[in-house]
Amino acid sequence: MTAQAPQLRSVRARRTFWENTKRTLASAPISAWFGMIVILIYVLAAIFAPWLAPHGEAEVVGKAYQPAGEQFFLGTDQIGRDLFSRLIYGARNTIGIAFLTTLLSFAIGGTLGVLTALKRGWLDQAISRVVDAFLAIPVLIFALMLLAVAGKSILNLILILALLDSTRVFRLARATALNVVVMDYVEAAKLRGEKMGWIIFKEVLPNILPPLITEFGLRFCFVFLTIAALSFLGVGIQPPTADWGSMVAESKTLITFPVRTFPWIPAPFYPAMAIALLTVAINFVVDWFLHKTSGLRDEK
Amino acid sequence: MKSDNKQRVKGEALLEIRGLKIEGNSDGVWHPIVKGVDLTLKRGEVLGLIGESGAGKSTIGLAAMGFARPGCRIAGGTIMFDGIDLRAVSEDEKRKLWGARIAYVAQSAAASFNPAHKLIDQTVETAVRDGLMPRDKAVADAVDLYGRLQLPNPQSIGGRYPHQVSGGQLQRAMTAMAMSCRPDLIIFDEPTTALDVTTQVEVLAAMRNIVEEFHTAAIYITHDLAVVAQMADRIMVLRHGLEVEEAPTREMLKEPKKDYTKTLWAVRKLAKEESISDDVTLSVRNVDASYSGVVKVLDNVTVSLPRGRTVAVVGESGSGKSTLARAITGLLPPTKGEILFNGKPLPRALKDRDKDTLRRIQMIYQSADTSLNPKQTIRDIIGRPLEFYHGIKGAARDRKVAELLDSIELDESYIDRLPTELSGGQKQRISIARALAAEPDIIICDEVTSALDQIVQEEILTLLMKLQKDTNVSYLFITHDIATVRAISDEIVVMHRGKVVQQGPKTQVLNPPFPAYTELLLSSVPQMDPDWLTNLLAERARAKVKA
Repeated sequence: MTAQAPQLRSVRARRTFWENTKRTLASAPISAWFGMIVILIYVLAAIFAPWLAPHGEAEVVGKAYQPAGEQFFLGTDQIGRDLFSRLIYGARNTIGIAFLTTLLSFAIGGTLGVLTALKRGWLDQAISRVVDAFLAIPVLIFALMLLAVAGKSILNLILILALLDSTRVFRLARATALNVVVMDYVEAAKLRGEKMGWIIFKEVLPNILPPLITEFGLRFCFVFLTIAALSFLGVGIQPPTADWGSMVAESKTLITFPVRTFPWIPAPFYPAMAIALLTVAINFVVDWFLHKTSGLRDEK
Repeated sequence: MKSDNKQRVKGEALLEIRGLKIEGNSDGVWHPIVKGVDLTLKRGEVLGLIGESGAGKSTIGLAAMGFARPGCRIAGGTIMFDGIDLRAVSEDEKRKLWGARIAYVAQSAAASFNPAHKLIDQTVETAVRDGLMPRDKAVADAVDLYGRLQLPNPQSIGGRYPHQVSGGQLQRAMTAMAMSCRPDLIIFDEPTTALDVTTQVEVLAAMRNIVEEFHTAAIYITHDLAVVAQMADRIMVLRHGLEVEEAPTREMLKEPKKDYTKTLWAVRKLAKEESISDDVTLSVRNVDASYSGVVKVLDNVTVSLPRGRTVAVVGESGSGKSTLARAITGLLPPTKGEILFNGKPLPRALKDRDKDTLRRIQMIYQSADTSLNPKQTIRDIIGRPLEFYHGIKGAARDRKVAELLDSIELDESYIDRLPTELSGGQKQRISIARALAAEPDIIICDEVTSALDQIVQEEILTLLMKLQKDTNVSYLFITHDIATVRAISDEIVVMHRGKVVQQGPKTQVLNPPFPAYTELLLSSVPQMDPDWLTNLLAERARAKVKA
């Protein structure tokens, strides 16, 4: 702001973003805190994987199926790679790919959902019917088929899962946007002559953000589980890239053979637990957020 | 309750409220809403509660039933209803009283009826459930009540569902429901606010008759003085949760004692000096418009708007006033006729109009709650048209926004606020500033003051007139409120069922000779005279007999 600008004071000082965040966090229940801490640990592990992991992702460091001990914290896998290192790298791959996929599916589904809610008419009909058709087919089977056709690559995996998942996002975005597009401020923006992009991203989207963010958390879990499932089935993330789903698959023969860190925990349980823990953590946070936004929603 | 008519002699106190304090919770802190109000209601008496919104009228009305809305609590005082201490008795006891001895008629009948059940089932529900009468007797009684409330076909109307009757009929059916147990006390909470003036007259007359006939005590809550003057024996004026004054209706109307009451009375006297001009900026010629293609919502409508003047479009709901606005703005392209703007034909559809044309025609909406994006600050809301139409950015934009805030008499410190942090009147001011920011030739005002209190209404109307003087903008002012029309217009267009009944200068339209519909509309506007309704009904009855 230049010197000529009038002094813009606030009658009641507005809380800054950080103050608001602090207040919000202070009121979070224990379950949400647990969730947030777990997620934070996962994210840190994913970002700093090369520094945290004692060994390389695909590095063969010992004999196959070595038990846990001084040398290898969780033992080695079927070709002698360090299981603990792979678990950490797995966080990076599995979470990173799931995050990208969910982001893409929200970009596609969210934009189209709001657009069709605004436009209605034939466009809405066409897209909605296509989406209905997609929704009728189970994701996992459809994804298996498409991956078989398109070929197994990480890019294909992301694109296909994002496309399939965007149909779910589309439904939610459209349904929530329908309540907003009838508002007078949207009409006012149309009368002003605003472009579609402005109306979608500046007028409608900020008002449907809370349910979309909540859905983002849930969808992230679903995508993440689907990727793990696909990897388990062998069409997801390909070896030697570490991934929790394929790690479960690789060590599944050991399920009756509990000789690892703690004799009573079979090997496939570690990646499986990593998956389960993250899913539970995200759900805790999402639950809290959902509760919070629905409770704080304006009366009118 | 049915046989104790002997007891119902006016004079005995039915409801006594002493030192009532009610608090509301926001952000975990309790704020006082009602700060110690005393109120006495005798049997068969009607007490009018009046005041601007936020005065605590509805809260007191509900407290008279011993009820506090969620997020509110009764913090102090006593509420004695016919010897029962409503603050001391259990929820169960209160529930037995509600419906049977204390009934409540809400503002929106449409929202209060269950759309899945027939009217008759909902009318008799309480009486049958509480075992006050057997169903067949209750039904017969309901039919009798429908008749007394002048509902058409009282025998069969109960068989309809709520969406199959009009708003005015629904409001009367709700009154019948409240009367079905012959309660001692009815609380009417703005029961006619959502209705057109022409419908309002019928509903008011029906409600007044039935309350008189059954000698029911009532609390009538409204912000409309003229309405309360017809209904109430006594009026209590409230402000900020405190009583301002209380007096019998006639006394109160004749000589209000407190300054605040006088300002309430004064609003209706606002009137603009009429000024006629031939310099037409917008001319709507023989326009037809329809939503479905079958029913014409606008039928051969011709309206002209002179530069720097105000044309008021009046009519009841469904008359096509708002559709006219949609046709002019291009949201609903007309099917026939043309609209000339500054001498040139205006493209029919919104998407065919260029930015400059869009800039010149701005719109202000009835509800500022829905016309301002709750996620945008005032800076963005007012700044956007500046940026969009005039390319003003950054600090220059902030400066201009501050100027606009100044012109709508708001402090520039409001620039960082969100709409949710403003009052209704302030929000409407922001809507006006947003329209002004475009520097338009025409502003279409669609019922812009209908949702506001009388005092705020006057402020907004005065502001609009001042801005017209300063910027020579033309207003197309859509409203159903004749007092507003008197206050602001130069010319008046009367619409009925999609047709223009009359257009002309204000003095001409508001003075005889009237076309039939204009007369009906004007005579239905409640007057401050407490005998107005009685006289009007008598007059209409006479006219009917003659015909």
